[in-house]
Amino acid sequence: MPTKIEKDSVTGTETTGHEWDGIKELNNPLPKWWLYTFYATIVWSIIYFVLYPSVPLVTTYMRGALDWSSRVELTEKMTEAAGRQAVFLHGIRDSSLEEILADPQLLSFARTGGAAAFATNCASCHGAGGAGLSGGYPVLADDDWLWGGAAEDIYATLLHGIRWDESEDTRFSEMPAFGDGILEREQVAQVADYVLSLSGVEGGDPDSITAGETVYVENCAACHGDSGEGIMEGGAPRLNDQIWLYGGERDQVIAQIGRPKHGVMPAWLGRLDDNTIKMLTVYVHSLGGGQ
Amino acid sequence: MAESLAAGRVDTSESYVEHTVRLLVIATMFWGVIGFLIGVIIAFQLAFPVLNFAEWATFGRLRPVHTSGVIFGFGGNALIATSFYVVQRTCRARLFMGEEGAFFVFLGYQLFLVMAAWGYINGISQGREYAEPEWYVDLWLTIVWVVYLLVFLGTLMKRKEPHIYVANWFYLAFIVTVAMLHIVNNLAVPVSFLGTKSYSLFSGVQDALTQWWYGHNAVGFFLTAGFLGIMYYFIPKQAERPVYSYRLSIIHFWALIFLYIWAGPHHLHYTALPDWAQTLGMTFSIMLWMPSWGGMINGIMTLSGAWDKLRVDPVLRFLVVSVAFYGMSTFEGPVMSIKPVNALSHYTDWTIGHVHSGALGWVAFISFGAVYFLVPKLWGARRLYSLKLVSYHFWISTIGIVLYITAMWISGVMQGLMWRSYDQLGFLQYSFVETVEAMHPFYVIRALGGVLFLLGSLIMVYNLVRTARHETRAEKIPVLRTRVPARPSTAGQPAE
Repeated sequence: MPTKIEKDSVTGTETTGHEWDGIKELNNPLPKWWLYTFYATIVWSIIYFVLYPSVPLVTTYMRGALDWSSRVELTEKMTEAAGRQAVFLHGIRDSSLEEILADPQLLSFARTGGAAAFATNCASCHGAGGAGLSGGYPVLADDDWLWGGAAEDIYATLLHGIRWDESEDTRFSEMPAFGDGILEREQVAQVADYVLSLSGVEGGDPDSITAGETVYVENCAACHGDSGEGIMEGGAPRLNDQIWLYGGERDQVIAQIGRPKHGVMPAWLGRLDDNTIKMLTVYVHSLGGGQ
Repeated sequence: MAESLAAGRVDTSESYVEHTVRLLVIATMFWGVIGFLIGVIIAFQLAFPVLNFAEWATFGRLRPVHTSGVIFGFGGNALIATSFYVVQRTCRARLFMGEEGAFFVFLGYQLFLVMAAWGYINGISQGREYAEPEWYVDLWLTIVWVVYLLVFLGTLMKRKEPHIYVANWFYLAFIVTVAMLHIVNNLAVPVSFLGTKSYSLFSGVQDALTQWWYGHNAVGFFLTAGFLGIMYYFIPKQAERPVYSYRLSIIHFWALIFLYIWAGPHHLHYTALPDWAQTLGMTFSIMLWMPSWGGMINGIMTLSGAWDKLRVDPVLRFLVVSVAFYGMSTFEGPVMSIKPVNALSHYTDWTIGHVHSGALGWVAFISFGAVYFLVPKLWGARRLYSLKLVSYHFWISTIGIVLYITAMWISGVMQGLMWRSYDQLGFLQYSFVETVEAMHPFYVIRALGGVLFLLGSLIMVYNLVRTARHETRAEKIPVLRTRVPARPSTAGQPAE
């Protein structure tokens, strides 16, 4: 098709004279503001190249007039941030848990730091503020403790975890599966009724409770205590209160006797630094039930 | 009979390949609806995790079905359909390899999509964003893509027009570059010939850079260059106006092509990627701002002298508003590539909002406009079944987009600010889960925006089906009163 330059009737601009399927093109110049903004971004980029690391060379790269490096910047910022906390962190490092609990400034710092670490590392199982989750994640905000609620106990639990195979010092307790050939099905139900009666649940079958007491004395009292008070050193939970790790319905208690579940908590030694574990200890201790 | 008619009339539409283009238009809408639907589902899954009800239906499996469904299914079919339609008419030549070649591309491409999606829901994935299909699917796509390139190039070579129209430059850049990106980013060693698993040829930061060189240019050449090709044909056709500036089209084309390919490293700011590469990614993104806007100017200014058509033509409204969204996204992109801004925006929902202002506003809207243009022509209908429904589609989708992107802006900026909040003692103020909790309402709003967008597309499908059946809805067709040419009033003007 021959080139035929026309004048557009609406704008008065000339066309380029080409046409494709009825489409023509106007011969408008580049918008000035567009061109100059484009040039400005190029100039800005060249200046940035000169100032900052930019062009790759054979074995190195142009480091830029400012000699800036993201790694150096990160190190500086981390050092600065650590510097601002240094007084407190050194205090925590050099103090025993008791000393921290006795020093108002360190205590306040440790609780704040512990809260931050708790929200990131612990809350997914133990709930926000240590409220616990049903199905085996203990509440940390009450005064019922499986392995002890003194600061030293909490610290040990944090360091080594519970039933955490990789740690030699981990806390370990295991309740036998009484439903697997140790007790009859009926006996399991009886001892469940008895245990429920220990915690003050009323309305159980009196005959079953009486029979259950015998079963309890022979099989359970050694770990859980004569009156179901539990033995904290061995990690045997108290049974004569209304706090149930795996649920307090009769079915749930029967299930836990017949084939118990055993929760696992990781050891934090090696994952978190000692300062953070100490702060976590202080925070958990302060949640309401610290002994 | 039809054959003999066609033989003598190379210039007329009878000789153009149309059957396959019709199939491609159907595929476009099919994958569009599927992709939007899955998008809505995964948006609700994010807001309500309980909806991850089965392994194959978890967010992780369905998300690539959504992204591939909309990008490659909806967008890809729209690109192939329009490129086949446009290249024939602007070259006045039947497709090289004819109906058979085009049909192979159609069928092969759908097979690629099905194999990819089937893999995703079965957990078969390379784990590379937007390049999830495993090696055997990649090989098949390579074959299909080479045939596509041959069909397109062959048609350009036998053209009867002296010049190649600008839309075709963009289509060709899209086809060639996507071929290069696809091959390099998918260089992988299969574990076995009968297994699906493969390992990338690259490792570490080189692998990451290759992936984002691919990922960003999938945006640049698939979702930008290709759709600019659509813009350069369908806007002047629908507006019945000449393209605003030929010179601008040349400059912004080459600037865009040259600059885009370097911008990928901005996806890896503040990572193990060397500083110099991050600098390149950021500065080339900034320089890319004006070349992108060159396309916007050319699209919008093409309407000069025809602005009033926007009042009566909802199809043109789709096309023009898409270009406005394009302008917005291509401004936001360079801003987000600036390192201090990126430090806030990276890994947050802001990125998701940015992507969707481009994906929904630009890519989907221009495709909707093009499909509304094509269906009456391809199915020989006098006009669309209902312009009123197009108008409803336009407004419902626009409200959907606004809900989506504002929700993600707020959610993303909030998320970024929460992540970096420290208290006076230097401890992080929020845990991750607290940020997730704070974002929940915005996730719900986003999902509702998606519902509106999906609803709009269903209205469109209904409208198109009725159109293809040559039905018209009895409605008042708005007509522009013809403008009275401005005449010098006899009173105030001196006589000539």
